[in-house]
Amino acid sequence: MRWPKKQVFVIGMCLGIIGCVTVPRGFLKPSDDYLAKRQLQMRQYATTNEEQIMASVAGVLQDLGFTLADSETRLGLVSASKKADATNKGQVFAAILFGGLGNNPELVQQCDKSQVIKAAVVIKPSLENKKIAVRVSFQRIVWNMAGQINRVETIKDPLMYQRFYDALSKAIFLEAQQI
Amino acid sequence: MKKFRNSYSILVSLFLAITLSGCATPAANALRANESQVKLRSIQTRAFDTTDKKKMMQTVISTMQDLDFVIDKADFLLGSVTGSKFLGQAVVAMSVTVRPRGEKQLLVRVNAQYGVNSVEDPATYQDFFTALEKSIFLTAQQVD
Repeated sequence: MRWPKKQVFVIGMCLGIIGCVTVPRGFLKPSDDYLAKRQLQMRQYATTNEEQIMASVAGVLQDLGFTLADSETRLGLVSASKKADATNKGQVFAAILFGGLGNNPELVQQCDKSQVIKAAVVIKPSLENKKIAVRVSFQRIVWNMAGQINRVETIKDPLMYQRFYDALSKAIFLEAQQI
Repeated sequence: MKKFRNSYSILVSLFLAITLSGCATPAANALRANESQVKLRSIQTRAFDTTDKKKMMQTVISTMQDLDFVIDKADFLLGSVTGSKFLGQAVVAMSVTVRPRGEKQLLVRVNAQYGVNSVEDPATYQDFFTALEKSIFLTAQQVD
């Protein structure tokens, strides 16, 4: 039996389109800017009292409205999460405007609505054992108005980290004063 | 008649395409791995010449953070660390276990999932161990 070219082409296309998703390579290789990322996510405190820093971290996460999820004191890990509003008025306005113009009122459903922010804080002695290094990383999952996940991302905004450490420095001071 | 033959051949092509590409059905294959159990272990495991479990676990955690993972859970007794990271729209989940091997070594085992797929590519795991080696200043040794 001779296969007509057309059918072979159709099968090829279908195989290509349906084919199982492949796993990309190299995603466990540190990116070139990982040291810069450390700078962003890490601060050192001139104390050797790990317990006090951990208590302050838990406190500051509560200050920022996070719910503590898990912790392992022997490794200095505290993880927490927080639900927050993600509505961006500009985005909604644009969606209503363009959706209306394009006769696509569904577009507004695609707008960001809510988000869950996950934080993991790790506390450990610095290399010389004289200071305590604190490192935090944030992730977020954003849902749209239709209740679907719009996007997932690691938060890289320096402002977010800056705010966290400002609050932590304050919390360490407050803990020291027993407030 | 020609018309019938034409539509028949399209049906056959579609059927072939679907069966040939066949993505596995999840229920029957949830516990299936493409690699053999022994090979998978050797891809995912390395031994390090140290007995400092705490330091090793903290290094694992900081290496994972360097790789953009957010740590979800850790347990010192079990020696486990679990984390996740987002890569485009896919979620990469990873767990690492650290346990003693004999008197002088620690075994570190890593397994990762990319979306719904288990990662079984040796090079990917090697990347992780290379990064881990760099942070702990120790050489990772292949385990048989």
